[in-house]
Amino acid sequence: MARQDYELIVIGAGPAGLAAALSAKEHGLSRILVLERDTELGGILNQCIHNGFGLHYFNEELTGPEYAGRFIDQLDGSGIEIVCDTMVIRLENSDDWRIVHAMSVEKGYQRLKCRAVILAMGCRERTRFAIQIPGSRPAGIFNAGTAQRYVNIEGKMVGRRVIILGSGDIGLIMARRMTLEGAKVLACVELLPYSGGLNRNIVQCLHDFDIPLYLSHTITNIEGKKRVQRVTVQQVDENRRPIPGTEMYYDVDTVLLSVGLIPENELSSEAGVKIDRRTSGPFVYENLETSEKGIFACGNVLHVHDLVDYVTEESQAAGKAAAAFVLGDAPADSGHVIEIKTEPTVSYTVPQTVRVNEVERSLRIFLRVNKIWEETSYIVFRDGDNVIARFKRDYMAPGEMENANIPRVLLDRVKGNTLRVLIEEA
Amino acid sequence: MKTLICIVCPRGCHLNIDEENDYKVTGHHCEKGETYGRNELLHPVRVVTSTVKVNSDIHPRCPVKTDQSIPKDDVFHAMKLLDSVLLTPPIRRGDIVVENIADSGAHFVATRDLDT
Ligand SMILES: Cc1cc2nc3c(=O)[nH]c(=O)nc-3n(C[C@H](O)[C@H](O)[C@H](O)COP(=O)(O)OP(=O)(O)OC[C@H]3O[C@@H](n4cnc5c(N)ncnc54)[C@H](O)[C@@H]3O)c2cc1C
Ligand code: SF4
Repeated sequence: MARQDYELIVIGAGPAGLAAALSAKEHGLSRILVLERDTELGGILNQCIHNGFGLHYFNEELTGPEYAGRFIDQLDGSGIEIVCDTMVIRLENSDDWRIVHAMSVEKGYQRLKCRAVILAMGCRERTRFAIQIPGSRPAGIFNAGTAQRYVNIEGKMVGRRVIILGSGDIGLIMARRMTLEGAKVLACVELLPYSGGLNRNIVQCLHDFDIPLYLSHTITNIEGKKRVQRVTVQQVDENRRPIPGTEMYYDVDTVLLSVGLIPENELSSEAGVKIDRRTSGPFVYENLETSEKGIFACGNVLHVHDLVDYVTEESQAAGKAAAAFVLGDAPADSGHVIEIKTEPTVSYTVPQTVRVNEVERSLRIFLRVNKIWEETSYIVFRDGDNVIARFKRDYMAPGEMENANIPRVLLDRVKGNTLRVLIEEA
Repeated sequence: MKTLICIVCPRGCHLNIDEENDYKVTGHHCEKGETYGRNELLHPVRVVTSTVKVNSDIHPRCPVKTDQSIPKDDVFHAMKLLDSVLLTPPIRRGDIVVENIADSGAHFVATRDLDT
């Protein structure tokens, strides 16, 4: 093997990429390369300076940079090769090899060969244009995550009088951050009748500073010549159409958009990886392998996670599976394959396909429900009409990812090739 | 009567707390909510996270946090203390940046490593 031939290349050095690389190393690989386009490791965690990371995994509340730091420390002396300031621009797949095309200022264009690839590119924010707000296009409109980067990494304030559209966690966190830095946040406006953010963020980021949250409302106009000057907020009906006569006007210089994240999968699609429209991430098998042999995915590129702890766990599994693949314990395609089908109450699952023989003791399935379930209900897995497994939940919401751990013995009872998952009331 | 959302678990019960009746809590689904509601009204505390200035072109800011929760009423005062701080790398996670914030016993500490 030539010097540049790697056993594994990991694309992205956020928490997903780091955990995957460390786990692949632990499971027997020695020639591992991690490519990161940014100048430093840690991904999005570097700008998430608030605390609330690691409660499940480390049993303590860490800030984003501290959580990343714990993994970066482990890289020292691990022999894992890490290259920053390098952007992967293309990925090719053939039977035996994966080819990664990368660009960097230092080395120019590179073509790197490897046995397995782990996709860990994270996600990006939906843009304003994707959601089409009418009005002029003045300065002062930012994605909340971009604003977070300006404020927390570069130390630049983005505005003085702020309104936030979307009640996802990034928007909520930024409401508090801007307030602490002396800005006035006038309101947080959410189109849906419920917030997509965690309760703790609604309480500690909005209530603490008396910032009102308007549910079933949206911004219907943005005015201003050079800079934002005024926005119009209106209530919406069940069909999300603005209700005339409910207009409220706010004099603001800044609008922050927190309208959701989408996995970053242009690279993956070009390589032939099949993308699930429900998650905007790759379809994966039980071992996090995509539809393309030797290409695995984990973290936010696979589906948007609200807790980094699950990213870590998932990425460790991907690292382990990639190691097994390289070392020749690749799953045989034969055997019983089950497709997990979502019914209307469930918006997606990861994984989507299960090769039963590959499941050791149990299989953890991540899923999201598509509305709030306030009464006790069940996540139910059915083979035809037979109940295979049932999990009781007191409360479920779209903003909180659910998971269900199905023992192998129960999977063995599935006779057909599909397993339906749905929510049933108690 | 005060109303609060319990943040101990995702359910987010709406709690009613009666200040005139020995801070009696209602609306909770479990005991944790009762304790939370009472504490939150009697002595609310928060961890504060922010950034401070760094003497470096590559990393103009260093993230910091209070190493313990501080009384909620001291949050803005604590933020003020950070304005005058200027750090010079190398900085290590856990380095104390501001000592004993408002006599609370809590310190601001760096939350990442920054090298020269
Ligand atoms: C603003 C925000 C707040 C959050 N708050 C919390 C919280 O309070 N608690 C919690 O537990 N979780 C929180 N999360 C969730 C958690 O932080 C994320 O789920 C997690 O960081 C995702 O990790 P990742 O490695 O998949 O993605 P990222 O951290 O985004 O890392 C992806 C990396 O890939 C790199 N990359 C992308 N494309 C390429 C390419 N073509 N070539 C080379 N490199 C590339 C990127 O530069 C980046 O470094 C938050 C997330 C966000 C966005
Ligand atoms: S009262 Fe109990 S059930 Fe309700 S939100 Fe608090 S911890 Fe959860």
